[in-house]
Formats: sequence, structure tokens, C-alpha cells
Amino acid sequence: MNGIDLTVIWAGIIAFAVVVYVIMDGFDLGIGILFPNFKVGPDRDTAMNSIAPVWDGNETWLVLGGGGLLAAFPLAYAIILPALYAPLIAMLLGLVLRGVAFEFRWRDPAHRARWDFAFTAGSVIATFAQGITLGALLQGITIEGRAYAGGWWEWLTPFSLLTGFALLAGYALLGCCWLIWKTEGPLQRQCYSYAGRLGILLLFAIGAVSIATPFLEAQYYTRWLAYPGIIATAQIPLATLIISVLFFRSLSKRQQATPFFYALGLFGLSLIGLGVSMWPDVIPGRVTIWEAAAPYESQMFMLVGAGIMVPIILAYTAWAYWVFRGKVGSDGYH
Amino acid sequence: MMENDLAINLARAQFAFTVSFHFLFPAFTIGIASYLAVLEGLWLKTGKGVYANLYRYWLKIFAVVFAMGVVSGIVMSYQFGTNWSVFSDKAGPIIGPLMAYEVLTAFFLEAGFLGVMLFGINKVGRKLHFVATLAVAVGTFISAFWILSVNSWMQTPVGFAINDVGQFVPAAGWWDIVWNPSFPYRLGHTLLAAYLTTAFAVGAVGAWHLLKDKTNLGARKMFSMAMWMAALVAPAQIFMGDLHGLNTLEHQPAKVMAMEGHYQSHPDGAPLILFGIPNSKEKRVDYAIEIPKASSLILKHDLNAPLAGLDTIPDKDEPPVGIVFWSFRIMLGLGFAMLGIGLWSLLARSRKKLYDWPWLHRAALMMGPSGFIAVLAGWVTTEVGRQPFTVYGLLRTSESAAPLDAPAVAASLLAFVVVYFVVFGAGILYLFKLAAKTPGVHEPTPDDAPIRSAGITPAAAVLDGDISERVAT
Repeated sequence: MNGIDLTVIWAGIIAFAVVVYVIMDGFDLGIGILFPNFKVGPDRDTAMNSIAPVWDGNETWLVLGGGGLLAAFPLAYAIILPALYAPLIAMLLGLVLRGVAFEFRWRDPAHRARWDFAFTAGSVIATFAQGITLGALLQGITIEGRAYAGGWWEWLTPFSLLTGFALLAGYALLGCCWLIWKTEGPLQRQCYSYAGRLGILLLFAIGAVSIATPFLEAQYYTRWLAYPGIIATAQIPLATLIISVLFFRSLSKRQQATPFFYALGLFGLSLIGLGVSMWPDVIPGRVTIWEAAAPYESQMFMLVGAGIMVPIILAYTAWAYWVFRGKVGSDGYH
Repeated sequence: MMENDLAINLARAQFAFTVSFHFLFPAFTIGIASYLAVLEGLWLKTGKGVYANLYRYWLKIFAVVFAMGVVSGIVMSYQFGTNWSVFSDKAGPIIGPLMAYEVLTAFFLEAGFLGVMLFGINKVGRKLHFVATLAVAVGTFISAFWILSVNSWMQTPVGFAINDVGQFVPAAGWWDIVWNPSFPYRLGHTLLAAYLTTAFAVGAVGAWHLLKDKTNLGARKMFSMAMWMAALVAPAQIFMGDLHGLNTLEHQPAKVMAMEGHYQSHPDGAPLILFGIPNSKEKRVDYAIEIPKASSLILKHDLNAPLAGLDTIPDKDEPPVGIVFWSFRIMLGLGFAMLGIGLWSLLARSRKKLYDWPWLHRAALMMGPSGFIAVLAGWVTTEVGRQPFTVYGLLRTSESAAPLDAPAVAASLLAFVVVYFVVFGAGILYLFKLAAKTPGVHEPTPDDAPIRSAGITPAAAVLDGDISERVAT
């Protein structure tokens, strides 16, 4: 393969798409989760306005993650999606409900409360389902030949429920910090008061998932806890601790943008931890990225497109965020 | 095996349901996005308020349709894997990259610029805002390009080899795969269909308001523009459809046999069956009304040319004739009705009565949904007509499905049906409400629209500012 392993590059690109998705759709799903706590009227409108111009772009990273998986690792796509059938269908329906609420709540003021509810319900369902998906993937999938061979409830375990709740806490924190950054006045004060509690909740959740993970698979145990690997892996919880301290300090100093970035840091470290557990498998303990890989011609063709397009996408996405920079008002963008 | 058949049929029903619902939205957004680009371009060029007002009017509708298209589209990108995993594993190395290109070159472009298009005019200025509108319009086109290439490859697969685990892998160049034999025709036919769908939807809204007040400037303008499209695009579409049909005859003759209702071969000139009731048991069309030899004339340009029938196709490789036969006639009938409206409008225009003939307006109003029905009927024709295969001639639908239990698929199908009808039902209701608002000078301007000082209605934020003066001039 000319010295460059395209499969590794593609695993990196898909991991990148997942990380960007979790960060970007994370905060707007989080706003959906917190939404019922905001006062009806200007506060809710402001929260919605802060993500209205960008949510669609954020969600596109999920399509790139799914589409990229199909294209670069078709076998993994073909095994994982049927294995996680129920949570994925629930996630899709949740995304339908919340996605239309952005428009519909303005179109039908008489039923705005219903679409606000749909926005929250959809966000909670989608987030919980994504968390379950992650946990179910980590705990292992039954495979026979080139296909999923388990039942349609195999994903449901205490561990997958735990990861579901963990992600709810995480996205809620991201949404909360986003609003601290983008708003002012009573809504911002409300979010400051939530952020500390959500931060503690998330740290507990990260801790619980981290403690449970090594006992799911022997591969995880040796990688995380056996000497000498532990010297490297111990840096991750250490860094988590440091960032947590910085996060709470930034909150108590009433800083505006930094809590969001520290929250992102916590997410980043959790995802690195996920990578440590999984690498180099795409389905942990069962299928490696090389076993699932599409042929060289497919990966090369896409790499040309991704190499040209991803930087352009990042550039105009950054521009779109720049256009809507600064504090959001309840009176929108005029 | 019974259990397995049930699960596959449920999965087929689910895919048919979700993709049909989904396609209604892009069929509309492809057209409106271009229409909006034209309106904004005309506004910037002429400075006439009527274009700005129409832009704002249709932008609100576009925003609702687009949101529904996005969320129903995300479902599609996962349905391949959740319900058709064997197909995904086998065809992934070829169709996956094409769909990845769709995401990279189209979805991000649309999503990235949509925010600016809906909310950003006062932040970026008119010129950049126009660029955003253009980017969204071009994005809808690019999206259609890639997904139709994928669909066409499944209908007319080329440029592949089959590897030792049974996957279709690229063997010739990607150019051949992308530009597979049916793609140019399907792309042209689908894009024209999207423009026609939009033309008749816009035309119906214009006609509705003309019937109430034929002096309304906005209604006149949108009706006139829509009728130009109908008059120009309907004949082009009939021509394109004919080319597409000839291409199908070459590559998927069984589909054309089903469309024509030709159970038997006709060695010396096949009749064109206008109507009849296909009887697949007896392998004949009952109560057929037919024109002798006309089918050979259309398909072979020769009255006496022999045409093979379904008797030359093994039973296990035949598509269901009844559905294809009828859906094809629905599409064709609507196509000619559209042509009729287009010609009628030309007549009215030549007599300077375009805004004065209420029967033309009533007919245009009735034809409002025609594009949507024709588009769905067309897709039913081509998708049911390529059965029983997912990759034509090579991979059977029955061998493509995911290893799911029937109850799982039944439950998800039920959930999709309930959520789609509630959510998209409400969305379509909102579209009617938006379209029922009188366009033009009666649009609220920032000063007399207190609602927007409390909260934004997304699209209303656009083009505020100088509308009121411009309308007045």
C-alpha cells in the first residue's frame, strides 16, 4: 500500500467526524435536554436562536460518520447497524422530532409548547440512544460469519444504560456552557448555576464508566491496568482531573467562554479513552479496522474527496460560526 | 423461511415508506432553492420590491420543507445499514464512496450556508447573502447528482468485480461507475421533475391568490414565472422521459415490458396498451384498450419491429407487473396534463389574459400536487420495475436484507408511520398555512410586526430593512 496505510487514515477520518459530531451536535442536543428548565418566552427563544443557524451543519457530521463507515468499513457498518437496531431507530426518530421543532415552534405559536416538548423529547431520546449505542459497542457484539447474530435486545445491559445516562449528563453540560458563552442576564445566571452540578454529575458518570470498562473485556483490562501500559493510560484520568479543576475554577470566576472549552476537553479525554480501549478494532474484540476495510480503490477515491473537501468544509463552517459570533439576543438576528 | 419472508417484506415496506416520504421534500427543495436564487438575483439586479417579497415568502416555505428533508434524509443514510446490511456489506465499496461524496460536497454546503441564508442578511450584506443562496441551490443539485449516481449504478451496474467475500469492488475507473449507463438520463429526468414539481406548486399558490385578487402583484409574478416553467419544462420532460425509457429498454427490458403490460412477445409490431387490467396469473392484460403497433413505433421507431415480452424472462426474475403498469400510467397522464396547462397558459399569455382566466387558475390550482404524485409514481415505476433485485441482475432483494427478527422491523415500521404522519402531517399543514397568506405588499414589515421583537420567525429575519421603501417605489 505504498507505505501509507489508508485504512488507518480512514479510521482517523471517521474518528475525527465522530469527535466533531459529539462536540458540535453535543451542545445543541444539550440545549434540547435543558430546554424545559428555561422560562417560556425570551429565555427559550434565546436558547433556540443560539443554535438555529448551526444545528443542521452540526448534524451533518453524523451523516459523514455513518456514510464514511459504510464507504470505508462496509463490513463494520453492516454488522453494527443491525446489532444496534432499536437504539439507532430511536435516535433517528428523536432527531426527526427535534429537527422539525426548530421551524415548527415559530410556525404555530398556539402549539409552541408541544413543539418545545418535541424538541426536548427528541433531544433526550437521541442522546440517550447515542450513549447506549456507544456502550453496546464497547461491551461487544455477537457475530457469525459476516453478520450480526444476536437478538434484538442484546444491546440492553446495565452498562449501556450507564453510558446512555453519562452522555445525557455530558451533552447537557456542553449545552449549558454554550449558553453561558452565548447569552447574558438571567438565562446566563441560570446556566452558571446548572453548570457546576452538571459538571459533578458528568465526572461521576465518567468515573463509573471508566471503572466498569476494564472488566468488560480482557483486552481492555490489560490495556488500561497492566504494567507498563498503565503508565501511559494513567495520564488520561490525571488530565481529566486537572481539566476538571480548571473547569470549576473558570465557573467560580464567572468566565464566559472558557467553561465551554474545558467541557470540550473533558469530552475529548473521554473519547481518547474510548480510542485506547478500541484500537485497532472497529468492533471491539471481534473485527479489526483492516478486516472491515473497503478495498484500496474505494478508500483512495474517497481520500481525494475528503482531502480537498474537509478543509473547505471546516473553513466555511468556521465562517458561518463567525457570522453569528457574540451574544445572542431573544430578538434574533436583525 | 416464512418468518424470514415476513421480515424482508416489512423491511421493504419500511424503506418504501421512509424513502417516499423523504423524496417529497427534496423534489420540492431542489426546485425552490433554484427559484429563490433566481428571485434574489432579480431583486439585486432590478431592485424591485416584488422580488424581495416573493423571496421572503418562499424562503419561509423553503425553511420548513428543508428541515423536513434533512431529518427524513438522515433516516435514509442509516436505513441502508439497519435494514439492508447484507446489501451494504456487498455494495458498500462502490456505493459508499459515492454517498460519502454527497455528504462532503453537498450536505455540508447546504447546511453550512443555510444558516446564513435564513438568518444572516443583516450580518453579511446582500452580495454575500446571495452567494449563500446560490451555495444552497448548488448544494441541492450536487446532492441529486451523487444520490442518483448511486441509484443508477444499482440499476445499471458497471465497472465492478466481485471479490472472494462476495463484495462488489471497483474494477474499472470511478468515472465509469459514476457515469454508469442509466445515470445521465435518470439525473436529467429527476431534475426536470423537481423543477416541474416546484413550478406547479408555486403556480397553484399563485393561482389561489389570483382567484381571490387578480391584481395582487406578488401572485401575478409567481403565477407567471411558474407558467413559463410549465410551458418550457413539461415538453422538455416528455422528451427526456422518452430518452430515459429507451435507455431502460436497452438495459432493463423486463421493466419496460412491465410498464407496457407486454406479457407476450410480439414478433411483428407490439401494440401500445393505453389502459387495461394486468392479469399476472393468466399472463395477459384484461379489457385492454390498445393501439396496434404503436409501442414498437415509440420504442423502436418502426411499426413492425419485434418486441420481446415477459415470456422471455424467467418467472423468478420478473417485476410485479400491476404496480409498474399503473404507476407508469399515472406519471405519464400527469405529465401530459402538465403539458396541457403549459400550453393553455401560453395561449392565455398570447392573448394577454394570463391573469384573467379563472378556469386556467382553477386548473392550475388543481394541478398543485401533480408534481409530487408524478414524482412518486415515477420512482415506484423504476424501483418496483427493477425488482426482484437491489443490484440489477446480480443481487436479489431477498438476499440483501439485515438479519433482523420480524417483530423488530414491525415495531420500527409502526414507529416510523406514527412519527412521520404526526410530524410531517403538521409540517405540511404549516406549509398550507404559509401558502394561504397573501403575498406581496401585505407582507408584514419590521415596524408593524411586533411578534418579531419578542422572537424571530427564522425566515422573516431575512431582507428586513429596506423592504418597505422598496415596495413603496
